[in-house]
Amino acid sequence: MAALRSSSAARLFGSAASRPAFRLAVAAPVRGFAQLADAAQESQTASGDQKARIKTFQVYRWNPDTPTEKPTMQSYSLDLNKTGPMVLDALIRIKNELDPTLTFRRSCREGICGSCAMNINGTNTLACLCRIPTEVNAEMKIYPLPHTYVVKDLVPDLTQFYKQYKSIKPYLQRDTPSPDGKEYRQSKADRRKLDGLYECILCACCSTSCPSYWWNSEEYLGPAMLLQSYRWLADSRDERTAERKDALNNSMSLYRCHTILNCTRTCPKGLNPGLAIAQIKKEMAF
Amino acid sequence: MIAQRVGTTALRRVAAKPNAFFTADVARMGFLAGSLHKATQTRLVATQKLTPADAHDILNKQRLQRPVSPHLDVYDKQQTWFSGSVWHRFTGMGFSGGLYVFATAYLAAPLLGWHLESASIAAAVGALPLAVKGGLKFIVAWPFVYHCVNGVRHLCFDMAVGFKRKTIVQMSWYIWGASLVSGLYLAFFL
Repeated sequence: MAALRSSSAARLFGSAASRPAFRLAVAAPVRGFAQLADAAQESQTASGDQKARIKTFQVYRWNPDTPTEKPTMQSYSLDLNKTGPMVLDALIRIKNELDPTLTFRRSCREGICGSCAMNINGTNTLACLCRIPTEVNAEMKIYPLPHTYVVKDLVPDLTQFYKQYKSIKPYLQRDTPSPDGKEYRQSKADRRKLDGLYECILCACCSTSCPSYWWNSEEYLGPAMLLQSYRWLADSRDERTAERKDALNNSMSLYRCHTILNCTRTCPKGLNPGLAIAQIKKEMAF
Repeated sequence: MIAQRVGTTALRRVAAKPNAFFTADVARMGFLAGSLHKATQTRLVATQKLTPADAHDILNKQRLQRPVSPHLDVYDKQQTWFSGSVWHRFTGMGFSGGLYVFATAYLAAPLLGWHLESASIAAAVGALPLAVKGGLKFIVAWPFVYHCVNGVRHLCFDMAVGFKRKTIVQMSWYIWGASLVSGLYLAFFL
């Protein structure tokens, strides 16, 4: 019916210019990214100027629906010519084209949400910020964040992590109102103290890279939370510094840090949780 | 009319793509065609309501079965097995354990008739061939130097110095090199 109506409408009102537009719409359906990539590849193979670069990805799999089966490593092979440059591109392509049951978290694909944190080739990082190494012979190994409870495949349970975040009271605590009744102002120098702290996206890469956090995650806060603690300790507007320090002053919360410094080496945002912890320790000591 | 034309273009686009609408069985198609203007959706999956308490029970049951993801055996070996921290601890444990063992043995020596005085130990070690003597000394000398140099690094850490990413990696290897070289020197040339 719709087609009939439109053709009659075209006959009645359509000028010669409107007809090709219709044809185009019929001939070229809306295409997804994968289809575009395939089309590009087809033209490449047709000209034959690029060989397929097959890379193997080993991915940790565990399914909560069959909990008695042990976690396994599953291999997927992708042609790097058809895949985007980042590990997340590869994972999305595996999920779209090879195995829709593969489960992982992702959202922003540009390193600002922290969802796709995972252990890639031995170090924790964000899949969206991690390039796929171009040498084809080496396999890539992808695990969930280390020493976490696995919900499914690459999805870790971060309940404890978020509970710990809540426990450090990550908000401005003040008793005195601001002098002019407007904003709480701070000097440029004071604001600069928060650089390198406020950028943390809580992806949990650093905390789950820390062996001390692996063995003591019940009580030790871990690098991410201590960096956040320091963010509020260093804030000139916060008035509960003494209470915040008091909460850290026990053998577990802060002092399980043995300066292993895996945290600083793994942070995908280039922050320095190790230094933040050292500064808390220094402030507590002197 | 323009609005109508836009609608028909969209319909034609849908028709050009493979679509469940065209592959579904005839009965459903008839039903869909009849109610097309209402834009209804049919879902084949049924869901059921859960009370919060039931949902919590299911979650708890699942939590008990979750595996712990691999850690020590998959994490970068260079960081976990060759980092300063763990070897500082091992060497420190070795020395404090050694002190306890030797002190206890020294206390018990007169009762058991052992000779653990400095002079007799020196004489016993002096009689060994050079390679064995040097090896034994190296086993003590390397951990000593390593613990000593890395201890200085830890003092720097306490002053919040030396936390740059590059510095961390470089210092870790420098300390391995320095402790091995001076350990060998103490073992074989002193």
